[in-house]
Amino acid sequence: MKRAHLFLLAASLTALALAIFLYKYFVFGFPLAPEERTEVWRVEVRLQFEAEEGSVKAAMFIPSRTGRLIVVDQSFVSPGYGITTEPQPGEGIKAAYSIRNAAGLQAVYYRAVVQPSRVAEQDARDSTPKLAPPDLQGPRLAAAQAVVESAKRQSSDASTLAAIILKQLKTARPEAEESFLLGPQPTNRRLVRVAVELLQFAGVPARMVNGIALAPERRHAQFTHWIEYYAEHRWHTLHTVDAAARERAQQFLPWWRGRAPFMELTGGRDPLHSITISRSYEYSLRTALAQQRQLERKLIEFSLFGLPLQAQSLFRTVLVIPMGILLLVVLRNVVGVKTFGTFMPVLIALAFRQTGLLWGCVFVTIVVALGLAVRFYLERLKLLLVPRLAAVVIVVILLLAILTVLSFRLGFERGLSIGLFPIVILTMTIERMTVVWEERGAAEAFQQAAGSVAVGALCHVVMNFPVVEHLFFVFPEMLLVVLAATLLLGRYSGYRLTELYRFRVLAR
Amino acid sequence: MTGWLDISARLRRAGILGINGRNAGYTLPYNRRDRYPLVDDKVLTKKLAAEAGVAVPELYGLIEIQRQVRGLKELLDKHWDFVVKPARGSQGDGIIVVTGRSRSLYRVADGSFLDDEELAFHVSNILSGIFSLGGQTDTALIEYRVNFDPVFEAITYRGVPDVRIIVFLGVPVMAMVRLPTRLSGGKANLHQGAIGAGIDLERGVTLTAVWGNSIVDEHPDTGNPVSGVTIPHWDALLELGARSYELTGLGYQGIDIVLDRDKGPLILELNARPGLAIQMANRQGLRPRLEQVERHHADLKTIAERVAFAKERFAAGRG
Repeated sequence: MKRAHLFLLAASLTALALAIFLYKYFVFGFPLAPEERTEVWRVEVRLQFEAEEGSVKAAMFIPSRTGRLIVVDQSFVSPGYGITTEPQPGEGIKAAYSIRNAAGLQAVYYRAVVQPSRVAEQDARDSTPKLAPPDLQGPRLAAAQAVVESAKRQSSDASTLAAIILKQLKTARPEAEESFLLGPQPTNRRLVRVAVELLQFAGVPARMVNGIALAPERRHAQFTHWIEYYAEHRWHTLHTVDAAARERAQQFLPWWRGRAPFMELTGGRDPLHSITISRSYEYSLRTALAQQRQLERKLIEFSLFGLPLQAQSLFRTVLVIPMGILLLVVLRNVVGVKTFGTFMPVLIALAFRQTGLLWGCVFVTIVVALGLAVRFYLERLKLLLVPRLAAVVIVVILLLAILTVLSFRLGFERGLSIGLFPIVILTMTIERMTVVWEERGAAEAFQQAAGSVAVGALCHVVMNFPVVEHLFFVFPEMLLVVLAATLLLGRYSGYRLTELYRFRVLAR
Repeated sequence: MTGWLDISARLRRAGILGINGRNAGYTLPYNRRDRYPLVDDKVLTKKLAAEAGVAVPELYGLIEIQRQVRGLKELLDKHWDFVVKPARGSQGDGIIVVTGRSRSLYRVADGSFLDDEELAFHVSNILSGIFSLGGQTDTALIEYRVNFDPVFEAITYRGVPDVRIIVFLGVPVMAMVRLPTRLSGGKANLHQGAIGAGIDLERGVTLTAVWGNSIVDEHPDTGNPVSGVTIPHWDALLELGARSYELTGLGYQGIDIVLDRDKGPLILELNARPGLAIQMANRQGLRPRLEQVERHHADLKTIAERVAFAKERFAAGRG
């Protein structure tokens, strides 16, 4: 009964932790390893124009409905300008820079940080778009009919129809209907526009998408255009460049839809825009967090990441302690190592975080050895326990100070951190060691001391794995798993490893 | 790894109890937390035993506060020999056995000498709690030094040998006699190097012995065989063990009894977490015996019945 209860509790704790963990991993994209990095693009639009002494309003589209990419951060740099953003239904979002009075050359900036998103934007929510067949007349109508008819004959559904229309437009011979529709020397924009018209004409809702190709480094990026058509309850993307070329360009950032110009300017002239793209890598964690800030701000505010940095770094340390404690439980109850005090090794391990393993061991040994010497000397003075402990504390602090100065003078930077050793714990260790020494002999005292330091070192190694620190800080719910493991260990009633050695003569 | 698993499997088959098994299966479920102070504080144990009419070493005096240490000499002057021990000590730590005097010095069982100041310092240390389990302040007991029965003389190196009986639900399940050695410094503590010799519960005769982690036949210091020694008053010892259950209400406990030349068996102390080395001394696992008691203890009402059960079931060679 108790057993079942315990197993149930441990299982539900683990399940809960894993559920939260998996949700954070798959949905938020929190990284498992601290080094994981993701691509991040910075896009900057510089808009320049000559103001005509008076009020100026410059409106331009900013990226929206970006599909598998997500704008994690955007900023508007424009001295003196007021900024408003207004959604343009079916087209995108426009940002309007306005100022009451401006003269001379003006420059405003828009900056966006873009990264791949784990969760694609939900297009399924779209209601079926209204079909807006182009108003074609005369020969254009006839040409369009001919192209659509032949494409329809070769296709089975909207997707193949779109592909065939695009292919026909691209491979059009000069005398064909397609060429007539496209006009002489068609641009990419013209091609997309005609393809969209033909798709609409064929009864498939379609639109032109204006965006940029994300390249690692580009100073004057140009808008490129592609097709989106609606089929099977969602929008599909169809690029005019072939797959091979697209692979090189990798990603396209949709900016706005439709035929509207990128920007509109009133009260100014000679507008000029340039787009700069740069790519960098950021730690996945920071980018995942940034995503969250947009997606689920509340969740993040009530997590450890919502804390000030100083508190965060404190918790990075605090959250690994349970791992050390779990190890300690295993070492004590399953292996059977003897240590001074129950959790003293974990505290030693915490001190090792600052000093490093080797120097930590050296310093602990020196301090305990000198402290023992002082303690044995104090023994002769026949002091009472509490004053004696106090005296040892003072001596330990003095020793730490002297060691720090000495090691600094000798050029060991590490020595500076020994002030962080748990002074009282060291003192108690010295005291306990003397008692064990007197009662059970030096061998037992050294055995326990060595056991404590060894367990401390092991805890330190485990607690200092970057992965461990990272995992517990990013996924603090994993502590529930540690808790479950500890609870289960609490019912471990098998032999300790040292008992196997101890009782081995009885193993017949 | 397979070697370890193999040993583990064989130990389990032999019914050897490990510390985790003892804690999870016996001390936790059978020993009520509120009963622990009765055995952890030797002053309380003594009082309890005295009320129940169970023989204990006579208490000469208690030192409870630092101020009383000044009166120590006066108290001690009345007794030629005595024992100083902490009320809450564990594993025999902090116990000083004074066997006599040499001019102004106290002669200690391990062969050393202490002066008044050193003894007073030791008592101060006891009071400040360095020997007590949680480090809380403690009381020092000054009590009668047992003149142990000569039966163990040939197999003891200084110190006081005692008999440890594990009592489960009032039934003695296993026993051993602990014999101090030179290594143990006169202490009857197996951890510190004393010998433990198993006892046949039916006849009260010593069986094999364990020293450290190995089986021995002779006392390492005196060279005399440790097995085959008949313990006097054996039935009285078993009865003391069985009665200790009513005394403390602890289901699983160890009881330490000394045999005094003049006063017979005396309860030295009770232990709510008795060690497991007794299994080595008897070359027997505790678990099968404990399970037998668990099965039958409902039928065992009187002390006599429990002793009879133990003698019948746990005789040597029957396990």
